Amino acid sequence: MNLQWLQGLGALGVRLGKMVAVILLIAIFNFMLVRAAPGDPALVMAGQSGATDEAFLKRVRAEYGLDQPMPTQLATYLGKVVRLDLGYSHRQQRTVLSAILERLPATLLLTLSAFAISLVGGVVLGSLAGVRAGKLSDTLISLIALVIYATPVFWLGLMLVLLFSVQLGWLPAFGYETIGVTMSTWAGIVDKLRHLALPAFTLGMLYLAIYARLMRSSIIEVSHQDYVKTARAKGASDGRILWRHMLRNALLPVVTMAGVQAGTLIGGSVVIETVFAWPGLGRLTYDAVLQRDYQVMLGVFLVLSVLVIFFNWLTDLLYRVIDPRIKAA
Amino acid sequence: MKKREFHKLLLAGGALGLADFPLGLTQAFAQGTGGVKGGTLNSIVQPEPPILNLAVSQLTPTQMVSGKIFLSLLTYDVSLKPMPSLAKSWTISPDGKTYTFKLEPKAKWHDGKPLTSEDVVYTAMEFLPLTHPRAKAIFGRCESITAPDAHTVVFKLKEPFGPFIGAFDISNLPVMPKHIYAGTDVVKNPANLNPIGSGPFKLKEWVRGSHIHLVRNDDYFKPGLPYLDAIIYRVVPDGASRALALENGTVQLTQWTDLELFDAQRLSKKPNLAVTTKGYEYFAPIMWLEINNRNAPLNDKRFRKAVMHAIDRTFIKDKILYGFGKVATGPVNSKTKFYEPNVTTYDFSIAKAKALLDEMGLKPDAKGVRTTVRLPVSPYGEMVQRTCEYIRQSLAKVGIAVVLESTDPGSYTQRISNWDFDMNLSWLYQFGDPALGVTRNYVSSNIRKILFTNTEGYVNPQVDKLADEAAVAVEDAKRQALYSEMQKIIVDEVPIAWLVEMEFPTIYDKRLQNLVTSAIGIHESFDTVYFKG
Repeated sequence: MNLQWLQGLGALGVRLGKMVAVILLIAIFNFMLVRAAPGDPALVMAGQSGATDEAFLKRVRAEYGLDQPMPTQLATYLGKVVRLDLGYSHRQQRTVLSAILERLPATLLLTLSAFAISLVGGVVLGSLAGVRAGKLSDTLISLIALVIYATPVFWLGLMLVLLFSVQLGWLPAFGYETIGVTMSTWAGIVDKLRHLALPAFTLGMLYLAIYARLMRSSIIEVSHQDYVKTARAKGASDGRILWRHMLRNALLPVVTMAGVQAGTLIGGSVVIETVFAWPGLGRLTYDAVLQRDYQVMLGVFLVLSVLVIFFNWLTDLLYRVIDPRIKAA
Repeated sequence: MKKREFHKLLLAGGALGLADFPLGLTQAFAQGTGGVKGGTLNSIVQPEPPILNLAVSQLTPTQMVSGKIFLSLLTYDVSLKPMPSLAKSWTISPDGKTYTFKLEPKAKWHDGKPLTSEDVVYTAMEFLPLTHPRAKAIFGRCESITAPDAHTVVFKLKEPFGPFIGAFDISNLPVMPKHIYAGTDVVKNPANLNPIGSGPFKLKEWVRGSHIHLVRNDDYFKPGLPYLDAIIYRVVPDGASRALALENGTVQLTQWTDLELFDAQRLSKKPNLAVTTKGYEYFAPIMWLEINNRNAPLNDKRFRKAVMHAIDRTFIKDKILYGFGKVATGPVNSKTKFYEPNVTTYDFSIAKAKALLDEMGLKPDAKGVRTTVRLPVSPYGEMVQRTCEYIRQSLAKVGIAVVLESTDPGSYTQRISNWDFDMNLSWLYQFGDPALGVTRNYVSSNIRKILFTNTEGYVNPQVDKLADEAAVAVEDAKRQALYSEMQKIIVDEVPIAWLVEMEFPTIYDKRLQNLVTSAIGIHESFDTVYFKG
């Protein structure tokens, strides 16, 4: 027992070491990639402010360390990353870490809500369709999933805004809370949820459709397995067969996909955050790219890669929970 | 007496070197408007400014929001005559070298400390030269900037500089509190996040990515002002969402390029909304097609004239800019001082364009192509994209093949700065005077590898001489004569194909009063803006 525990700890250590190594490699790769793009931030800043002063350019370059040779810049950068110092953004006039931490909650709220909506909705609808394969409800669900899958997300978002905000006036069109009004805690939460509804739903739709399709085919496949036939022969109820025997096995492909989704959600939220004026990380990244804000770009990329690696690890753990025959690597 | 005449008199008085000319205009104006106190103005800021300190960043969104928090010595009416702001009066010595400003004695910083002439001296001499891209070009002309007493500032120039009186707007000289910034790293000073200004509004809250919330400064030096309780600027990155916000009343004001121009035209017809294109006179940009004067065959004047003839500029104004604008005639916007209308004109004529190219000996090949040029398309929106596409079509008709090259902001800036282009669609702020915003683009001393300089590489010693003389001439009549001559030469040589004098729609709720009162329009302090009824 004790030995097993130690082995587990050792495996975890190896896994952690691998993760750190991957993150460092990503940091180096990001750095090279960002520097490979033409144009430096001093020029972009000068251009946007109508600058005509060489001393001004020189000062900005010196502050960014852009006058140093590339290997020195890389070494400085890595040295800082190891100490969890993501640098200082002159565009934002603050540390990169504080800029990211300020935006992260909004993005996590949006993406995790979307994740939950797509996962729950997709699994329920997919199971329903799978169990009733060939019937009218299956056709309907499959058709809707197909249409959503083929629709651009931003367009869907705009249509939902037109329907629910402009025509019906039920939900706010954008923003994350009502501005300039003091509200009680409860009213504040309701207000936030009302603002969250449309963007979270829009962001979740694409994956909802994917999960529904995956789940449907998975359920149909599983329903032909011998153990399901056996359960049916034993006289188990439909509900019990679905819950005890089919779901767990049918879920694996969905979990694989969910792991991928968790990694891409934050990147994918750029469009949604733009359409719905949601103050999250996606837009911070987008703005940083436009403004050549190297420090923020590198910081966001690093945080995102850490999140992706973390979600991958979580997915692996989840595999074990759902199917204990799978060993954690 | 009309206000404009009053200002003329005032300026004349200043130029004659009369002793202090007390204004008292501030109070008169405040009483005269008879506004109603209260109300919150909701507007849009797009893109989100990186910082709210105008002395550190000069971006348009920063100017717009920061102009409510900070003040300068002067502001300018729609005909670009100076009006009081922090300075209640001013005089100019007869030799045009000494400018004396009397400050508002009641002006205070948001932290309660009095605003004095020391603050102005510190800002112009120590702060701005570190951070401001144009400060050295303007205040570097001063021999000294001094504060003889707490409410007097004297700028002494090395030699006369005609446009100097036009350089005291909020973008050129945002007055900063010395007691906060002196002896610190001004760029990293924490006060940049919580700006301490002297303007009518204070920053209450800035939620990045969401909104900027300004509230009334109760200690503002103009009694009874400002009228509004608060101004909220929302960050709404999507164009369709911004139009929607104005349409359903979430915001009551949009400006600059907040709306796509087709939306602007549609929304301006709504009964509760009004539209104006006033209030951009100080900036007055001209959209143009920059032509690289170094590269053959673009270095031939006839080629550039052919380009002018080949592009239907009225089409660009009417169809791409939806009527917002006016066909340009030369380097100076007709709303800017010293504009000269009597210059060579270029009508839209494909035949004339072809004749000029034939004359040069540029013969079309089997496919009808005489030459191929590169046009990097800057990533600043649909309008730029459409205009570039239209230019490609127009020039193709006369045998000039245009290759459009997509760019991101970084590579665009780098390519233009390094002169790595044949043509470039762009526009430039004029800052109310040719010496501040126009000649920088045509004089050979400003051929530099920096954006918004003479990147087209135009060289004409005669133009250089005229520009230099006009900048230091004291009398306006003399300056007009010099600038007129300069414009005639430049327009005949076409270093740049001028397309359209740009106009921007400010669309606002009709209940809003006193919204545009000056040449910087929505960048103004908004201290007299109020809601009627």
